[in-house]
Formats: sequence, structure tokens, C-alpha cells
Amino acid sequence: MATVAFTHTLQRHVACPTVEVNGATVREALEAVWKVNPLARGYVLDEQGELRKHMAVFLDGRMIRDRAGLTDAVRPDSKLYVMQALSGG
Amino acid sequence: MSTRLFAATRKGLFQVERGKSRWTVKKVHFLGDNATMVLPDRCDGAVYVSLGHGHFGVKLHRLRQGARKWEEIATPALPPRPEGAAPRADPMGRVIPDSVQLVWALEAADPARPGSLWCGTIPGGLFRSDDGGGSWQLNTALWEHPKRLEWVGGGADYPGIHSVSVDPRDPRRVAVGVSTGGVWLTTDGGSSWKISSHGMRADYFPPEQANDPNVQDVHRLVQCPGQPAEWWVQHHNGIFRSTDDAASWRELQVLPSSFGFAVVVHPRDGGTAWFVPGTSDQRRIPVDGRVIVNRTRDGGKTFEALTKGLPQRQAYDITYRHGLDIDSTGDRLVFGTTTGSLWISEDQGDSWQTISEHLPPVYAVRFVSGD
Repeated sequence: MATVAFTHTLQRHVACPTVEVNGATVREALEAVWKVNPLARGYVLDEQGELRKHMAVFLDGRMIRDRAGLTDAVRPDSKLYVMQALSGG
Repeated sequence: MSTRLFAATRKGLFQVERGKSRWTVKKVHFLGDNATMVLPDRCDGAVYVSLGHGHFGVKLHRLRQGARKWEEIATPALPPRPEGAAPRADPMGRVIPDSVQLVWALEAADPARPGSLWCGTIPGGLFRSDDGGGSWQLNTALWEHPKRLEWVGGGADYPGIHSVSVDPRDPRRVAVGVSTGGVWLTTDGGSSWKISSHGMRADYFPPEQANDPNVQDVHRLVQCPGQPAEWWVQHHNGIFRSTDDAASWRELQVLPSSFGFAVVVHPRDGGTAWFVPGTSDQRRIPVDGRVIVNRTRDGGKTFEALTKGLPQRQAYDITYRHGLDIDSTGDRLVFGTTTGSLWISEDQGDSWQTISEHLPPVYAVRFVSGD
């Protein structure tokens, strides 16, 4: 299963423990997280389902390419980190 | 008589209360977070606050009357972008995001229905909740109005709704102020809308377009609760008044300046209003470094500069559009500034008491009614 971890700066607003999920894409992995933690979704994605402008997702050490569609492929042993960019105030 | 108020600031929501003779900060909610708007709802005693987290988006929280803990409630959301559609740009070619960037207005929608709310946003969406913010519905009649697509950014890069005025005679009559997009009015609870800023003038447009009601940069729109046919607008290039239910507007040129963001009107006397002027749109600082509140008691024929208790040299405070409020008696006024000053008056502005000169930048101040 893929591991999804969240920046500590987000934990101040909504608890986001590290979780293990199934999913073949970033979208599927994150959707699996929202199923157990629905409040976190709006902090990471906007209402169009796209990654917020000043958020970043690292997949196995690289920033994901498809910030809108979240189609980057996830392996069963992948590690995802949901981080905030230094931009954004 | 209000004895409590909230100040929404860049770094938290400050609760200010009156002691025996002085007003002091009693509590800070969401310290460190960007509180952009606050509504103490007189209908049911709930308090709503909007937080604009730079990275994590806009969030709304509610504190029910008697409750100790805030609860996060739903955030207004723009409709899904049609598949394959290109992002929409404003008439200046700027791409407008299709997600809510800022909650710019929050008002009780109907005194007979506690928990009913209007919310104005950037970009220019108007939302309605009938369950205390548990869910929000976009007002599609205004959103899909073809003239809405002509709105452009004024106070921010994208157009937005900053003022929502619910008519005390009938809550189905609602007016919204748009920057920039003039004044829009519904008489059927939001099913249909008409523009209602005729008579305003935009000196940032060529003469042929300057009187177009839909290009008017309304900074703030208020209606007198006790004389609801009487309205005031602080506009980008002047002060405008209507005495015919917003059907027509008349411009007033005021000394020392007609430029500013905020206006409040007396709750029973539509001819009495207060403004906090800046020098001009090019110089957003007080005239000659003196902080003043400008008051008229005769419908704008004359104004008096109120200065007692306010700094009169080397002061650079600017008051944003939601940074001035008046209580339900009409005696108490409060205003907060970009440089963190907060002043209160208990005598209609004749004299002012300093609550603080060291707050974060103040975005909105609201009295709690009926304390």
C-alpha cells in the first residue's frame, strides 16, 4: 500500500495522520484519504478538485506533474508527502 | 447599547469588551490566522468568522451562542468548471480563478429565520445558507447574469461582492455592492437582479463610459435601517447618496477628501453618516497625516471633521471598507486600521478612545448587538 503523509503545518487546522492507502494514481490515493478524513480535502484541493495553488505533493521524491488531474502513477510501495509551498503567504 | 465587539485582523479575531469605563481586548480567537470577516448574528447569537489561509484556502467557523468551541462549517464553493472549458478571463484578460479566494461579505439574511445567511466572495459569487453555514447555495441568477461577466477587479485583482444589504422592510429585497460592478438589487429573494447604480460616475473610465452603472467601483454600500429609502456609497472616486431606494444616486464632493473605503449610516437617521477619508486613490494615506472621521448630519450638505482623541500628526492609518461599524443605538462607533489602531466613540464620533495601536492590520469590525 502507498503511504500518504501530511505537512505538520496542516495539523494545526485539521488532524492528518499518516495513512496507508490503495490507489493507482495520486487522485485515487488522495480520494482514499478523504474517505476517512473528509475535512482535510478542502485544505489540500480546491472546489475544482485541483491541488491548491500553494500546495505541493511529492511522489517518491519528485513533485507531481499533473496538479489539476492528479494522474501521476502511484506504485504499491510509493510514498506521498502533501506539503505547503514556501509561496502563498 | 453594545458592550462587545469583534475585530477581524490579519493575525486573529480579537474580542473587545467594555469595562467600567474602558474598552479592552478580552480574548483572541484563531491567533496567528488571517481573519478576513466576522459576523456576530443578532438573530441567534452565533458568531461566524472567515479565515483566509494562504495555502489551505478559505474556511468558515461558527461559535454558537453559549458554546465554548468553534466548529468548522461549510465553505461556499463555485460550481464545477465544464469539462474542457478554458478558464474564464475578465474584460482585462486576467484569468479568474474558479475557486473562492476570499469571503468579503457575511450578513444575516432574514431576521425571522435564524441561521439564514448571505455570503459575498471574490470572485464575485453570492451564496445563501439556510442552515447556519452547514451548506451554501450559489445564487445562480446573479452568477449567470450576462452583465456579471463584465465585472472586473477593483479592490482586488478579481471582482467581488463586499456589501450585502438586507432591506428591513422585506428580506426578499437585497442589494449587493460590487467592486467593480456597481449596485445590484433583487426584490424577489434573489430570483432576479437589476443593476441599481444609476447616477454614479467613474472617473477612471473615458467620458463615454464613465456613467455606465456596471463599471462603478463601489467601495462600500449601506442602507439606513430606520429610513430604508436612504442609502450611502463610498465609491472609488467620490461619495454618493440615494434617497429614493437606490433608484438614483447623487455625487457629493467632500473636504478634505472624498476618497475612502468605509461608510456607516445612523440606524434611524438616513441623513447622518460617517466616513474615514484617505487622501486619494493615488495616495492612500490620511490627509496631512491626520486621522479624521468625517460626519454629516444633513444628508451631505455639510461635513465636520471629528478629531478628538485621534492622532493629528504623522499618522498613516487607513481604514478598509469593513473597518468601521456603528451600534444599534447610533451612539457607539468603532474603527480599525491597516496599521493596527482601534478607536471607539460613545458619543457619535465627538470623541474617541484608543483601544489599541498595536493590533495586526484590521480588516473588519462588528459590534455585538443587544448586549
